[in-house]
Amino acid sequence: MAIATAISARSEPAATAYNEDVVRWFAIATIFWGVVGFVVGTFIAFQLAFPSLNFDLEWTTFGRLRPLHTSAVIFAFGGNALLATSLYVVQRTCRAPLFGGPLLATFLFWGYQLFIVLAALGYVMGITQSREYAEPEWFADLWLTIVWVVYFIIFFGTILRRKEPHIYVANWFYLAFIVTIAMLHIVNNLALPVSLLGAKSYSLFAGVQDALTQWWYGHNAVGFFLTAGFLGIMYYFVPKQAERPVYSYRLSIIHFWALIFLYIWAGPHHLHFTALPDWAQVLGMTFSVMLWMPSWGGMINGLMTLSGAWDKLRTDPVLRFLVVSVAFYGMSTFEGPLMSIRQVNALSHYTDWTVGHVHSGALGWVAFVTFGAMYYLFPRLFKVQRLYSLRLVEWHFWIATLGIVLYITAMWVSGIMQGLMWRSYDSLGFLQYSFIETVEAMHPFYVIRAFGGVLFTLGALIMVYNLYRTARGDVRVEEAVPVAAPARLAPAE
Amino acid sequence: MPVKIEKDELSGTLTTGHEWDGIKELDTPLPKWWLFLFYATIAFSILWWILYPSWPSLTGYTKGILGSNQRLEVEERLAEARARQAVWLERIAAKTPSEIAADPELLRFAMVGGQAAFATNCAPCHGAGGAGQGFFPALVDDEWIWGGTMEDIEYTIRHGIRNADDPEARSSLMPAFGADGILDRAQIRDLAQFVLHWSGRATDPAAVERGRPLYAEHCASCHGEDGEGMTAVGAPRLNDAIWLYGGKPEQIEAQIWRPRHGVMPPWQGRLSDETIKMLTVYVHSLGGGQ
Repeated sequence: MAIATAISARSEPAATAYNEDVVRWFAIATIFWGVVGFVVGTFIAFQLAFPSLNFDLEWTTFGRLRPLHTSAVIFAFGGNALLATSLYVVQRTCRAPLFGGPLLATFLFWGYQLFIVLAALGYVMGITQSREYAEPEWFADLWLTIVWVVYFIIFFGTILRRKEPHIYVANWFYLAFIVTIAMLHIVNNLALPVSLLGAKSYSLFAGVQDALTQWWYGHNAVGFFLTAGFLGIMYYFVPKQAERPVYSYRLSIIHFWALIFLYIWAGPHHLHFTALPDWAQVLGMTFSVMLWMPSWGGMINGLMTLSGAWDKLRTDPVLRFLVVSVAFYGMSTFEGPLMSIRQVNALSHYTDWTVGHVHSGALGWVAFVTFGAMYYLFPRLFKVQRLYSLRLVEWHFWIATLGIVLYITAMWVSGIMQGLMWRSYDSLGFLQYSFIETVEAMHPFYVIRAFGGVLFTLGALIMVYNLYRTARGDVRVEEAVPVAAPARLAPAE
Repeated sequence: MPVKIEKDELSGTLTTGHEWDGIKELDTPLPKWWLFLFYATIAFSILWWILYPSWPSLTGYTKGILGSNQRLEVEERLAEARARQAVWLERIAAKTPSEIAADPELLRFAMVGGQAAFATNCAPCHGAGGAGQGFFPALVDDEWIWGGTMEDIEYTIRHGIRNADDPEARSSLMPAFGADGILDRAQIRDLAQFVLHWSGRATDPAAVERGRPLYAEHCASCHGEDGEGMTAVGAPRLNDAIWLYGGKPEQIEAQIWRPRHGVMPPWQGRLSDETIKMLTVYVHSLGGGQ
């Protein structure tokens, strides 16, 4: 934070009165929590390969560190990235400063960080609702609700004050994300505290209704937090960095509404072959299958925005982060519907395939599009000419990509192998493998996965260094990256 | 801002005329293949709804023309799997483990079934392949605490050892000679030296001699005059180099002072009768069956 203040003190006030201070804080928080999340993730990956790393201490067991990792990357890294970019984008594309002024924005920043710290401390101390991706207990949930309402007021108020006649597509996605997450958060966390001074609470739902509510929440956390919100990032930063118009306005409308409408029904595919009634499983599966093309609409708009500017991929590593993220997005949103099909799910469910799928989305899509956006934002937020080093961005890109490839291929192999071993019978009708044999067989892939995590974290540390030097206004003397000629628009005849 | 429709030089497509912070949009129509695949997934879903249970109503849900029902399907498949093994299992049910082992065809089936059941139910304590680990005895050698005949093994599996779940569980208790004040520390040290002399590891001949009468008085009734053990009461053999709780003098002393006792759950009721017989045959074959 010291850097931020120092830099903002010597930077000139912006021509228009955009609030970039809060964006800068959120951007720094994004990077900070990102590194925390990656380090913890890598550590627990090693725990899976070498269980003695649990240290026989309750605070450092996998069970407590795992939610620390998932929350750190989704809500702390991803959440701060969404807050940073949405507050930046909404001001620029509405040509209006943030509604509510600096005070409300400052509250939003510190309020959100407080939520993260409350949640993280709870996990390590064993205070949890045991609901995946919704582990924080009631007091933290209530606090987040207040913070989130403030976020909505700031964001929607800014849209209402816009000086542009239309609302830009990125803002549709951000708004859908903010509104839906509020609904998901409140419904899934309906719980009765045991006492006003105690941390423990019990969910309002029970049995299979509870499971369905949880996965309605869980899947839409993926759908609206990690997909809709990050599509908002994509819709602003890809055209800006590529300096090309968005490929298709019509596609953006159709795929937006189709995505919003279909995603909300897809949750039951997490509960195939459970006590959930058949009909609910089938509906969840078919809505997931129908979600394939609406998801790909975003990929097409992201990739095709580059048509005519593909050569920039060679010279601009920041754009490469953004474009490869869209490619990973396309891959995971094909894999998702595939895995939701009950017959495929019979093999994939409860295996590492799911873990690999999540990480191709989280590392490849969410993290890469965030890295691209951060490389775009930092020079602008800190009012410096350019990034400290494009070469370091290249290094980050290749090391992180290699890390992802190791990670997801290891999990594919391990997951499919695990699924096949579980279901294999010998000719006499006995189970071929015991559970422990499947665990032994997965060990080498766990080591490879952990190594992939090391590479990904290493790449992120390179980024931290690069962005730190950028914020200080340093420029590395290096071989210049050739710049492609910008594409032009001509008046229509 | 006035709407200004332009033509994009590179693609030849018109823009929509909107602009936000320098971002414009092309008015490209929906890609045909995209639209086709979108319709295809909708058609697939409609087909699925016709075939399978799907839409709920106030009173029930559409059942689908295939009459699919997950619960029934899994029950059918389980019944099918049982039926395929029935020809073997019926024969196993009618025979004792010794008779099963004498029938080569049946032995082959029982070994495979026993191994599968062992890997899932027994290996967590007795180790993969029965190699033993920690305080859980190895099953691959010829030292048997509770007996290594087919009948002994089957009984142990069925009823377990020192548990509260099965009144017929194998049970015995070695007195806590030190903790209960029956012997003092010096006597226990002598006893440890004495039991080590059988395996040639005693270091103090005088202590061995002092321990000899103590052993005869306090230990021989269960562990045997020559330390050969007694499987009927689960008293382990002492005249070899196998020590479940450690063979160092101080470990043996600790065991005499306040003994640890192994426990095992009963498997009768959890595993089928046939599975217990197959397990018996398998464990008996591991190396030391008597």
